[in-house]
Parts: sequence; structure tokens; C-alpha cells
Amino acid sequence: MINKQTTEEVVFTEAPPQVSEWRRLRRVFLGRTSVAVGAAIMVLVLLTALFAPLLAPHDPYLVGTTSPLAQPSREHLLGSDTLGRDTLSRLIYGSRTALMVGFVTVTIAAVIGVTLGLIAGYLGGIPYTLIMRIIDTIMCFPMLLLALVIAAILGGGLQNVIIALSFAMIPGYARVTCAMTLSVRENDYVIASQLMGASDGYTVIRHILPNIMQPLLVMVTMQLGSLILAEASLSFLGIGIEPPGAAWGAMVSDGYRYLLKSPILSFAPGVAIMLTVFAFNMVGDGLRDALDPRLRGLL
Amino acid sequence: MIGMTEQVILQVKDLKLHFPVTKGLLRKKVADVKAVDGVTFDLIKNETLGLVGESGCGKTTIGRCILRHYQPTSGQIIFDGEDITKTSRNDLRKTRKKMAIIFQDPYSSMNPRTSAGTIVAEPMRIHKMYNSNAEYNNRVIELFKMVGLDPSMIGRYPHEFSGGQRQRIVVARALACEPDLIVCDEPISALDVSIQAQIINLLKELQQSIDGLSYLFIAHDLSVVRHVSDRVAVMYLGRIVEITRSHALYKNPLHPYTRSLLSAIPIPDPFVEEMREEIILEGEVPSPLNPPAGCSFHPRCFMATPDCAKGVPPLRDVGDDHKVACFRV
Amino acid sequence: MAEILQVNNLVTQFNTEAGLVKAVDGLSFHIKEQEIISIVGESGCGKSVSCLSVMQLVRPPGKIVEGEVLFQDKNLLEYEANDSEMRAIRGADIAMIFQEPMTSLNPVLTIGHQLSEMLIKHENFSKEDALKRVVELMELVGIPDAENRVNAYPHQFSGGMRQRVMIAMALSCNPKVLIADEPTTALDVTTQAQLLKLMTDLVQRLHTSLIIVTHNLGLVARYAERIYVMYAGRVIESGTTKEIFANPRHPYTLGLLRCVPRLDDEEGRKLEPIDGLPPNLINMPPTCAFMPRCSRKQDVCRREPWPALEEVSEGHFVSCYVKSQEKAR
Repeated sequence: MINKQTTEEVVFTEAPPQVSEWRRLRRVFLGRTSVAVGAAIMVLVLLTALFAPLLAPHDPYLVGTTSPLAQPSREHLLGSDTLGRDTLSRLIYGSRTALMVGFVTVTIAAVIGVTLGLIAGYLGGIPYTLIMRIIDTIMCFPMLLLALVIAAILGGGLQNVIIALSFAMIPGYARVTCAMTLSVRENDYVIASQLMGASDGYTVIRHILPNIMQPLLVMVTMQLGSLILAEASLSFLGIGIEPPGAAWGAMVSDGYRYLLKSPILSFAPGVAIMLTVFAFNMVGDGLRDALDPRLRGLL
Repeated sequence: MIGMTEQVILQVKDLKLHFPVTKGLLRKKVADVKAVDGVTFDLIKNETLGLVGESGCGKTTIGRCILRHYQPTSGQIIFDGEDITKTSRNDLRKTRKKMAIIFQDPYSSMNPRTSAGTIVAEPMRIHKMYNSNAEYNNRVIELFKMVGLDPSMIGRYPHEFSGGQRQRIVVARALACEPDLIVCDEPISALDVSIQAQIINLLKELQQSIDGLSYLFIAHDLSVVRHVSDRVAVMYLGRIVEITRSHALYKNPLHPYTRSLLSAIPIPDPFVEEMREEIILEGEVPSPLNPPAGCSFHPRCFMATPDCAKGVPPLRDVGDDHKVACFRV
Repeated sequence: MAEILQVNNLVTQFNTEAGLVKAVDGLSFHIKEQEIISIVGESGCGKSVSCLSVMQLVRPPGKIVEGEVLFQDKNLLEYEANDSEMRAIRGADIAMIFQEPMTSLNPVLTIGHQLSEMLIKHENFSKEDALKRVVELMELVGIPDAENRVNAYPHQFSGGMRQRVMIAMALSCNPKVLIADEPTTALDVTTQAQLLKLMTDLVQRLHTSLIIVTHNLGLVARYAERIYVMYAGRVIESGTTKEIFANPRHPYTLGLLRCVPRLDDEEGRKLEPIDGLPPNLINMPPTCAFMPRCSRKQDVCRREPWPALEEVSEGHFVSCYVKSQEKAR
């Protein structure tokens, strides 16, 4: 009889009782004001995008609902733009564009980037050198500049903005995934799996991917913020979402010529961009803190 | 006792593994690290062979070569009658079913995101041993009982177990496919003193109850290796310097390195300690990148003569199942 | 000989989110001038925290709750941790060597720089004198080619050499007490033997007292004159090394001695592991902490609080109601 440790006094264990990840997540999210506020704004933006048709008081594309450049009034809470479209409604619909670009781009970039990173990191050798050198070359260009060039070549429009931004973001994911794969690969359980006769695909999906998911999740959240900003920048520069589509960046750009006459036109979408980016960054920050094993016990 | 008639499960013949050291953009080979440099030994069915030496002596590398984690530079590894150094990756799967490994660190040897039951079932699922989930489940329960774990803990995750319990899970996983050989790579050195004996006894009991289970027991602690093994091979800088039955090792060590290694390990008994000879080695283990000429131990050896630098002493039989690689004994 | 360091009823607690951890729970020990003592225990028994408490190096959430640390008739706990006087004592009068020589040295500063820092700070050496003394110190701890190696960086040293540097650093200000916390655990056995021989020789020559904190009973038997066996934050048995090894009275001490393999074991000796797991120190019951694992427990152990230390023969203290009478072997 070898096993006696489960018989009598089970109260004594060597490992201290672990705090569940959910509890830590909850504590970080509710405990830190900035994270809590960020999370609240994020939920608000998500709901706005989801229920835009219900929330918007007017048709955002309808020209001439009121006089051009109307000041805020009871009917038009944020006034109207140069074509007399309701600013509030366009702002609400703009959240759809922002989130759509954000989520779709992040998904495309992550899927391709993570796959490349896994291949490079796990196989090493020639695949590693090949993939990572190409990635390094792409990374020489600033992300926004790259997206700008691609968008300029492809022309504007939602689809092309997404393609341009995705391409610009792939290297980041590949890099991070590759680095994490290299370190997870050294764990004995990965070696054990190989020595059991498991195929490479099995080992990667079973043992490597689940163990790099958390940091990737943090990265995705953080990048949603910068993507929204990047989309706004492209739209502001006029090679993003084409009119009459409602995009915050384009709204800032349209409005700034009338900055003195009707500051709310630029100001409102500007604040929306700022708050959304802030929200995603804070949530990403909170996620990182909650999931970081080095901070376990400190938070 | 080990007779010639007993069945040899593993034969390692003149095994060499040299890691090339490359330099520059073109990866020009400038030197070799001779991690394993001509190692020969047999492992008999149901036997435990201890492999002992200090860090960098190549003991772990040998274990990894046998499991074909590393591709040996030259030499043969004959497992169950078949030379596995040239087996293709596909055919290796069958061989790997018959071999398993237990690692030193029970924390890193289990995927933290899978449950204990899944971990133990993994090798069986890879080799598709059963057809239904129920069969896998029954086998996992059986394995849990074999290693002294409560089967009700199957659903728990690695972090919920203590170090000793984790090592039991790793042992259960190693046993899952009924292997002929388990390479134990420092299986207890990460555990607490009072827990180490539990795992040692578990490994010994399992070997007694499972027919044909052999261990290659790799460790740096000679007192543990001696306790667990039937025979012990002492390694220094990629070579075996002495191999003998474990009880003869303490009573009749021949190689000067073995003698100094024994002397370096204190016995937990102040009365015995008072009477022991003390051999303190000078200096440190040289880099395997640039090993000394001749017998690689000669610069630190208290018995060395100038002749020791002239040639590599062969591992010769001195009778009574005892082999030693030294000119001076 | 007079007592140089005396610790009375030291209590150090960690307030973690999982609960209050009584890492050190009423610890008392003393060391005389030029004595070598050892504090023995498994990981988590509070031996390292005890040392850090003596040095006032406990970091939050750890807190020294009560007790006295008398050094040369001064209670060190009356000083603030960052007092200039406390800092003068720490390093100069009481020095410490840690387990991990990698992280104890700053990788971007030369060995010479780091060694001379202490001398310049504590002993008011000039830069040139300090460097001269550093070379002397490095020769003292057996670092070859000291003259040139002062300018080397930590990564250019092997693990054993780094630990020699740590010993040199600890001895640089002629401390009265040297605390070595698992000083050789990360090193190879022959290096371990070299370093402990060096340390014990040096403390004798320099008239320093030495506290060896370890889990290795062999080291204790070889080097220590007196030992304290710790379990769950308390001393459960203390006395001269010979007395404790010859007549262990606490079932835990006895268990420790019986669960480790020895080089001089007879063939076929079976290890007797201690059942169960070390306690986790959170929300401990008031009864004897070893009771759940104890094979000799009686009703009184379940009923009464943890027994106080009781002198069973001259200088031999044990905290147990039952007190085993058996020999270790």
C-alpha cells in the first residue's frame, strides 16, 4: 500500500490553495478603477454597435434632415454635418465600422500570424529562418505606413482597409507567437509528447497552442484599440472608408475644416475614438495582469 | 545476479554524439562538442542500470539518444533486437510505444492545461490502444491505482497536485503503454527529501510487479543511484569510466574518479563520516569542447602519471562483472 | 565559548490572499563563537525565512511579528530594516551566502567591482587598497589566476567559481557569523565537497561562526557540530550532531534518517518513506504539525497543543509527547 496521503488528513497539502483564474479576473476587473471603467466603456461601445439601428435617432445617411452645420438642439443632440446629416446617428453607426474593422482585421491577422509563428517556432531550422526573415523585412516599415501604402494601392473601401491593416499586423503576431512557441517547446511535456510518438500537428495543437493562448488574447485586445485608431487615421487621410459610410476618422477629417464654426463635428468622433481606444487598452491591461503568472498572488 | 543467458533488452554499442559548434554566417563547423564519446553498455530485461556523473558528463544525452530525441553521430542502439539508430520516423512510433521517459521536473513535464486523466491517457490515445472512451477511462483508473493515486483525482489539473503526486502521474503516464524500458532522468532530484523515498519505493515496487520492465536510471546522486540500480555506470566527460554491480561500487571502487565521487558524497551518520577517507578533487570538470588529451580525467587525478595523457584508456573487464577505464588499476 | 548570536521566539508571518502563513512560528536557536551549526529541514519548513528574518531581509507580505535577535547583546529587531546600523551589521558582521550564485551577482559589473564595493562601503578602503584586498580574497577562496580574473564578469565564471566569489564577498569584511543558505544545492557533488571544505576551513581560520542551512542530512553529519531540525516553522529537535544521529527522539527526525538512501547501505535495504506531504502552513491547527504524518501518534497528540521543547539529555531538546526510542538503523 503506497497511497496513504488521501486517507486520513486531507487538510494538509503541499501546494497552497490556488485562487481560481475567474476570481482573479473578476478582482482585477472590479478592483482597479481604470480597468473597470475601460471594461464598462467597452461593453457600452459593443452594445451601441449591436443596437445601432434602435439607438440612432435618424438615418445616418439621409442628407438634409436639418440645415447643414446645425448647432446641437433637442432634435439633433450633436448637430449636423455639412450635408445636414445627424451627427449623433453617424457617430452611433461609426462604432459599427470601427468594431467591424477591428474584429475582422484582428481575426485575419491573428490566424495567419499565429500559424506562421507556430510553424517557424516549432520546426526551427530553415522554416524558421525563411519565415522570420520575411517577417523582419516587413517589420522594418512602420505598421501605419505599410497599411497606408497598401490601402493606397488597393484603393479605399471597407474591404481594402481590412486587407491593408491585416497584412500590416501579421508580422507582430508571427513574431510574438514564434517567441512564445520557442519557449513552450522546451517544456518537458512537449518533448514527452514527441517521444510518445505523437505527430507534430498533434503536439502543436494539443500542447503548444493552449499554452500561448492567454498572452495572445491580451495582445488581441490591446491591438483592437490600435486598430481602431489606425482605421480612423486611414479614414482621416481619406483612403479609408469611403463616403457615405460612417467612420469616425472620416468624420473628424470632414469636421476639422469647420473647427471654429462647429467644433462638435470633429470633437465628438474624436472623443469616441479616444474612449474606445482607451477602453480596449485598459481591458487588455487588466487581462494581462490577471493572466500573468508572475503577478499571481500579488493581485 | 546477471548471467549471460538473460535476455538483453537494450544494447548500446560505441555510441557517439557530437554537437557541431558553428561560427559565422555560413555556419562553418569549427569544432565538436563530444557530448557522448564512445559509450557501450547492455541493459538486461527487468534490470535497473544506473547512469551517474556530474553535469555535462553526457548521461542525460545518452538517455535522449536512446529515445531518439537526438540522432546519434555514430554507433548502434539495439532495442529488442533492432538497431533503432536508422529506423525511419514512421517506424519509430512502434518502438516509442515500448519506451517511456520520466523527467526531473514534475512541473514542466505535464501540460498545465490538461487534466491528470487526460495526461495519463495521452500515450494510449496517440497509439490508439483502445476503441472506446470507457476502455481508456478504465485503464487510467487502473494506472492511478498502480501508482498510488486516488482515482477520484482524475479530473484535477496539475497545479492541484503536490510535487510527489505529480511525479506519480508522470510515472502512470510512462507505464500507460506497458513499456519495456523507462528512462528515468533524475526522477527524484526535484522532490523533497521525505517524498523522494516514496517515489523510489514506487519505482522499485512497480518493477517487481511488472514482468520485463527495465529502467535506465540517470541521476547525479550516487547514493540514490546505488540504492535503486542493479548495476551502475559512472560517467566522466562523455565516457563510461567504471561499470559494476552497485553493491560492489561502494566496497570496491577502482577508478580514481569513482573514488573521489564516492568520497564527495557525505553519509548521514557522523560516526561513519569521521572514519572516511577524504579525496577532494582539484579544479572543475573541463569543457567537453576542449577535453584533455588521453584519459580526460588525468589533470584532476591523484593517481595520474605522464603516460595517462598519451592514450584513452579502454573500458576493460577486471572480472566479476566489473569494468574500468584506467591505466593505473 | 560565548554565544555570538541568539534568536528567541522569532515569529515571521506572511499575510497572503490564501490566508496567514506562519512561516516561522516561535523559533529559538543560538550559535557560539567559532561554532558550526546546521538548520535542517525540507523546503517550506521556514529555514530560509528564519535566516532572512535574522538579517531583516524579509520582504512584504512577510513581517517579523515578534521575537528577539540578540547579536553581541544588541537586539537587531529594534533597528529598522534600513537603519544605517542595521545595514552596517548586515554584510559586515553577519554575512549570508545564498543558494543561487547566478542571481546574487550583478551581470553587468565585474567581479572585482562587486567585491570591492563592500570593502569601500563598510571598511572605508580606498579604491586601490580594496582591489588589492579583492585579489587576496579571491586567492583565499581558491580562484586561480585571481590577478586577471578580477576584471571578469559573472558569466565568465562557472557555477562553482561564482559561489567562490560569493564566499569571498561574504568573508570580505571579516564577519562574526556567516549564514549559508543551501550554499551548494545547485552545484555538482565534487564541487560541493570542495566548497564546503573551503568554507569550513576558512571560518576556522577567520574565527567565524557558521550556520549551514540545508536539507541534506549528509552535509550535516559531515560538517555541523550541533543541529536544529525544523518542521513547519519550529524547531522540533536540537542537540549535538552525534547525539541526534545516534538517538533521534522525534519521529520526524527518525523518519528523515530512515528515508534517505546511504552509500553504505546493505544490499536490499528498503527505504521507509514518511507518509503524506509537508504541511502548507496556512491556517494550521494548534496541534503538532507533524501529527498527521506521524506513525507513532497517540491520543495525547490529537488532544494537546504543540508540545514545547523538552530537554531529554544534556543539550538535547525535543518537542514531542511520544518521543521515539528507536535507532535510525
